[in-house]
Amino acid sequence: MASEFAVEMRDVVKRFITPEGSEMAAVDHVTMRIRNGEFFSMLGSSGCGKTTSLRMIAGFEWPTEGEVYIEGQAMGHTPPFQRKVNTVFQSYALFQHMTVFQNVAFGLEMEGASKAEIDKRVGHALEMVQLTGMGRRKPKQLSGGQQQRVALARALVKTPDVLLLDEPLGALDLKLRKEMQLELKALQVQLGITFIYVTHDQEEALTMSDRIAVMSRGKVQQMGTPVEVYERPSNKFVADFIGESNFFEGKIKSLSKNEASVFVPGLNAEVTGMPISEGLVKGEEVVVCIRPEKIRVTEKTARAEGLFHGRVSNTVYIGADTHVFVDVHGTQFKVWEQNRISRLDPKSFYVVGQEVSLMLMPENTLVLKKD
Amino acid sequence: MNPFRRSPYVIAAAVLVYVFLYAPIVGLILYSFNASKANVTFEGFIPAYSEHVVMDGSLVKSSPCGPFHWYCELAKNNDVAEAAGNTLTIAFVATIISTIIGTMAAISLQRYNFRLKPFSQLSLYIPIVIPEIVMGIGILTLFSQVFGWLNDFLNLTGNARLSLGIVTVTVSHIAFMVPFVALVVQARLQGFDKSFEEAAMDLGANEWITFKRVTFPMILPGVLSGALLAFTLSLDDFVITFFTNGPGSTTLPIYVYGLLRRIITPQVNALSTVWILVVFLAVLTLQILQNREQKAHP
Repeated sequence: MASEFAVEMRDVVKRFITPEGSEMAAVDHVTMRIRNGEFFSMLGSSGCGKTTSLRMIAGFEWPTEGEVYIEGQAMGHTPPFQRKVNTVFQSYALFQHMTVFQNVAFGLEMEGASKAEIDKRVGHALEMVQLTGMGRRKPKQLSGGQQQRVALARALVKTPDVLLLDEPLGALDLKLRKEMQLELKALQVQLGITFIYVTHDQEEALTMSDRIAVMSRGKVQQMGTPVEVYERPSNKFVADFIGESNFFEGKIKSLSKNEASVFVPGLNAEVTGMPISEGLVKGEEVVVCIRPEKIRVTEKTARAEGLFHGRVSNTVYIGADTHVFVDVHGTQFKVWEQNRISRLDPKSFYVVGQEVSLMLMPENTLVLKKD
Repeated sequence: MNPFRRSPYVIAAAVLVYVFLYAPIVGLILYSFNASKANVTFEGFIPAYSEHVVMDGSLVKSSPCGPFHWYCELAKNNDVAEAAGNTLTIAFVATIISTIIGTMAAISLQRYNFRLKPFSQLSLYIPIVIPEIVMGIGILTLFSQVFGWLNDFLNLTGNARLSLGIVTVTVSHIAFMVPFVALVVQARLQGFDKSFEEAAMDLGANEWITFKRVTFPMILPGVLSGALLAFTLSLDDFVITFFTNGPGSTTLPIYVYGLLRRIITPQVNALSTVWILVVFLAVLTLQILQNREQKAHP
């Protein structure tokens, strides 16, 4: 391999002219280094710049500023048909006038492969996505999941260095999507190809990725492993976007390397947590973030250290968990309690109006920059 | 259940529409079998076959072709054959060229954003909305002026002089057909997802192969409807052809008009009937082909 990085985006900017005539940066000074063999996801809501970034790697768009490198080579205005990357489209973009076989063979024909080789490789690709025997059908005669597999086979048959996937599972129903997530991941591990995966589904990104770039308004908010972005979100946006959180605004009272004490007016108390965002200073207005599953709720106890007392305002049973909403001095906490014990009336444990105590651990409490 | 009641007025309206649309055509076909040469009133079918045509005043009593007398007369008419030949030649050539230009125009307008795009779009509509007679006069003026200059400038004499004829008719047909083709193809392109083209390029096809293998096959139904529309427009165009034709480039509509100025014989009706039949069969064939296509690619 020519480079340690399969794909590199160096300080890439992409500006569009909006229909109103003003300029808008869809991608705003993005730098990403995607390693060889990595399953890399770009995660964000629509309009965050993830699809535009992917399209610039594929060659459908050219950066306004900055440069995209594939295998260490600057791409400049190289057209898509000269890049060693292939794309699985959100809409699949299967050629309706061709059979499944012809669709998958298309890319090999463009390479000038012999008929025998095409037959062999297409057969192999269809086998890989479990569509053997479907070659003579037209795309419209297949189910959504099968069409998705054809799109995958069509891209993979070219043995690209990098496979780009633009929300490929978006149109599938939940169960099929979960199956395909695991299959895609297994396929990526088996083939050892770099996957760059664009999705707005955080669970999908967490399930499959080696690393995730969380994007918002054209910028990368955080890049890291699934564990890193979930457990150590670098700012409030990431904490809010991935998983759920309790957020409390406050002001830093004291600060050390491993501990920050924040006065939270809403709780009328000081909360101790870990300083996560870089460059926090004493006296700064910050956000305290606690994941709902990391709060312990107990029946009201007298031991006061690190405890908050409140009243249950609502409980929602959702199968594996019960979501308990607790009102502490007018501030709402959401707490997820795992239903470890089978019982028919989950409300028998916590009832609305019941007095409870909440225990916040400093190591589960993150102190983040406001934005 | 459909909440709308089936009103008798709606049915009456439908019947009226059919009467107004088809009664003249049925009448026209009926009159092509008229025994009366004057063809003002229907005097019954020509009753008998005979070796020679037997007339009684303006009434045909018997004919070698029997009731199909006027069709036989038509077949013997060399002017009709020539006019039909001209019409088809012009229609075929003009359809092919205008379909190519119109499709290219539609694709450019769909794919590219350029400063004069709104103007280009508008310029496509204008030939459609301008009265045909205005366009006919305009084209005639253009041709005579330019031909005049060229003839003088190049000192052309005799047969070499540029003049109106089958070429000028074809060129002017192309000119007024292009917007129709472009609009029909544009309508087809409206829903065209550009990711099909991106997918082809992603798989290694350059622009030309992408067009040939993916874009064109996908928009082909639109291109064919555009071509069919253009073809029928060319077949029955009278006004523009009237201004731009010259000796030897008479088309069927011009020929019929010429006949009518003298006498309306049932021959005109026979010609019209054949014409309707040809167009009807063409449209029917296309419809069947399209249906088959749809069944093959649901």
